[in-house]
Amino acid sequence: MPALLEIDGLHTEFRTGAGLVRAVDGVSYSVAAGETVAVVGESGSGKSVTALSVMRLIPDPPGRVTAGTVMFDGRDLLKLTEPEMRRVRGSEIGMVFQEPMTSLNPVLTIGRQITETLEQHRGLDPRAATQRAVELLTQVGIAEPARRLKQYPHQLSGGMRQRVMIAIALACDPRLIIADEPTTALDVTIQAQILELMKGLSRDRGIALIVITHNLGVVARYADRVNVMYAGRIVESGPALEIYHDPRHPYTVALLRSVPRLDRPRQARLDPVEGQPPDLTRLDGGCAFRPRCRLADAACAMSRPPLEPVGKAGHSAACFKAAA
Amino acid sequence: MHFPVTEGIVRRRVTGEVKAVDGIDFTVARGETMGLVGESGCGKTTTGRCILRLEKPTEGEIIYDGENIAAMDAAEMKKFRQKIQVIFQDPYSSLNPRMKIGEIIAEPMYVHGIEPDKKKREARVRELLSECGLNPNFADRYPHEMSGGQRQRVGIARALAMNPEFIVCDEPVSALDVSIQAQVVNLLEDLREKFGLTYLFIAHDLSVVRHLCQRVAVMYLGRIVEMADSDSLFDSPLHPYTRALLAAVPVPDPAVEQGRDFRPVQGEVPSPMNPPSGCVFHPRCPMAVEKCKQQRPEPREIRPGHIVACDEVR
Repeated sequence: MPALLEIDGLHTEFRTGAGLVRAVDGVSYSVAAGETVAVVGESGSGKSVTALSVMRLIPDPPGRVTAGTVMFDGRDLLKLTEPEMRRVRGSEIGMVFQEPMTSLNPVLTIGRQITETLEQHRGLDPRAATQRAVELLTQVGIAEPARRLKQYPHQLSGGMRQRVMIAIALACDPRLIIADEPTTALDVTIQAQILELMKGLSRDRGIALIVITHNLGVVARYADRVNVMYAGRIVESGPALEIYHDPRHPYTVALLRSVPRLDRPRQARLDPVEGQPPDLTRLDGGCAFRPRCRLADAACAMSRPPLEPVGKAGHSAACFKAAA
Repeated sequence: MHFPVTEGIVRRRVTGEVKAVDGIDFTVARGETMGLVGESGCGKTTTGRCILRLEKPTEGEIIYDGENIAAMDAAEMKKFRQKIQVIFQDPYSSLNPRMKIGEIIAEPMYVHGIEPDKKKREARVRELLSECGLNPNFADRYPHEMSGGQRQRVGIARALAMNPEFIVCDEPVSALDVSIQAQVVNLLEDLREKFGLTYLFIAHDLSVVRHLCQRVAVMYLGRIVEMADSDSLFDSPLHPYTRALLAAVPVPDPAVEQGRDFRPVQGEVPSPMNPPSGCVFHPRCPMAVEKCKQQRPEPREIRPGHIVACDEVR
């Protein structure tokens, strides 16, 4: 399938008091229509900064996209003018953030926040926009949509607010939705509802989905392909089944092994990833995972391993030890 | 534990009440880890706060080692507070950013006069740090210089400083990165064995609770809906809410997930200010019958040690 979004060699840096941080350090991946790609990694791995770079939402200063291309439907988003980019954000790529309370405007009604997008980007008159907003709220499973339109974000529960966020993202029929930890702030039964909703939209309308998360269970249930990030780079990438059943990078292996599972007998002891997450201001020229890696040797200190094909088609890993 | 709901700015008046915890009974045996699970607003944290006597229950008793903690006088309370400690969820907001790690851990020992000698106190701080898997030199650092996992270890060291018997762990790993969670879970287990601790482990992550706890109580809207030893609760859950909760947790294996019939439970947790009549779970329950709307099901012991508050479960 041809790629809808293709990120190639993306670099994003932040100048901080502690020094230069290469938050995204050469990331490439693509998403096709109707596909769900998961980006997994711990805090500081660069998974959110990659998404914000794609949307051109990195605050400058301190941040800056220094290299790379982001091809979306034949155009490089990084070269668009700001007004052109605004059109892309409003009508072609939708975004859903983790905390719906902080990403919704607390002093505007739910209805106004949805109709604003429709009037701005679709040129609908207020009446048509309101009618469309009711339809959108119905689609995302909100009961009594007409009443909800008049309410403010604080009057809604967390799950309901996230549904509103999805409705806003859907307002202009986007072809791609980027969801950054869409269910992390929600309870598990509500998480399940929201994920089913998003998956259904992707399946029925062919919307491409990028889901950024640290929850390995969520990834297993919904993703077609998985990118594992560590210290600003993709360290492993491949079809979800391959990543879970034949992980090659020691970080992926350790991560999968560290989580207790409800479908297996209780273990005597958990098998954690030892050590601390990396300090991005103090990376050297070697593999960033080396200090926590059980397989690391002298070669791993010499250079950062490139992402290379391993195992079955479409599977690659950035580790000198992954080939075996 | 009921909280008043007030309205008005100039003159506050009580307009309702929130039954955060509404008549629950459970025991925790010495040396045991008891899990308390449920979604936000179910009352699990309030239960922990009542045990710590950070809240005073409106009704009911909490007996610790034969003594009613509500009836303790100031001197008894001071002693009680040494035996029972807490570890909080957020290692970012539970450590004072202006204090060094060493001071944070030493302060409770100083306040309670456990170790009046400054030199000995410092030695004890270093010992506690290494007990919790941290470099003893971290005593001179500030919280902002540490990662989330390291801060949580400091929170654990501070709780241990009092040589407690009982620790209330309120979501101790849920704010941590996945790769760090297992480290902290293992640390809690090691400390329990080494110091003979008893834990009340409050969490919403069911897989962690199953791993760590011998017994588990599931709460919904202020009530315990099911309670059993960990194995029978997770292997054969009986209450429809427990089942829904377990079904909603995705397993980190795409092959398993593809084979699962997945239908998330509908609806949301109702407001505790205005809970449903009868069984509080009936509006979302797939098994609900007419009777569930009227009559509140009492907890029944269906199998030895397995308690369920649902009349439809046989």
